[in-house]
Amino acid sequence: MGKTEIFPLKQETDIVIVRQRVRKAAEAVRLGLVSQTKIVTAASEIARNALIYGGGGECVIEETTKDGRGAVRLVISDQGEGIANLDRAMVDGYTSGSGMGLGLGGAKRLVDQFAIESQPGQGTRIELWKWR
Amino acid sequence: MVDKIPILKMGKFLLLSIQVDMHDQLAMDLQEDLTHQIVLHRSKGVLIDISSLDIVDSFIGRMLSHIAHVSRILDAKIIVVGMQPAVAITLVELGLSLDGIATALNVEKGMRRLEQMVEDDLSLELESGEDRDFSAEAGD
Repeated sequence: MGKTEIFPLKQETDIVIVRQRVRKAAEAVRLGLVSQTKIVTAASEIARNALIYGGGGECVIEETTKDGRGAVRLVISDQGEGIANLDRAMVDGYTSGSGMGLGLGGAKRLVDQFAIESQPGQGTRIELWKWR
Repeated sequence: MVDKIPILKMGKFLLLSIQVDMHDQLAMDLQEDLTHQIVLHRSKGVLIDISSLDIVDSFIGRMLSHIAHVSRILDAKIIVVGMQPAVAITLVELGLSLDGIATALNVEKGMRRLEQMVEDDLSLELESGEDRDFSAEAGD
């Protein structure tokens, strides 16, 4: 099994560190350049959400395999207010803040597998996969 | 981490090259700094080189759009050059269109395009100036 690392998301500069670490992991499992760029961009979107809307959290980065192919698995979680209406939050253009509302739906399009768990008051947990 | 992105003045243009992985505050400071410099130097155009950026997420995309809009209001043209192919593909899939932002493949082409845009603007101003002269003569 590959390695797993956990990074805090407590301040803006943590997003930059997570981007760099996700890039390293994507290189380690030998994703192509476009796939690397997509998973790093998705991580950036979701990590920013966790920081801004979730009040901070953490990002787990795992180098692993999916059906024998090299894969990166990310779990980004926060203990914030959670998302009341998940369906609506996934739609492009919907935002509860000042952003463009591309974060969740956009991130989902960039990865191979996307799972989100969230309930009001329970925080949000998002799992992202990208494989070769 | 780097805390400022240098903006170079070259004649009537401003040049900047983003060569670090930008955190959000750095991007916001850049917006403000650039707006200030455009007014200070009465710049006619801004060239932004992003060839070293290995991702553009919605935040950086929004910053670029914002800079372009503010510059237009301040009568300066903006061109973004050097986007990596993987970044372009990712941007489209993310859903960012960067509407209203002129782009070029590299700095050289971008500079030529920027000069062209500013010249076109100037000749338009000249033309309308001549029109006024004609009508003035006709009136006499």
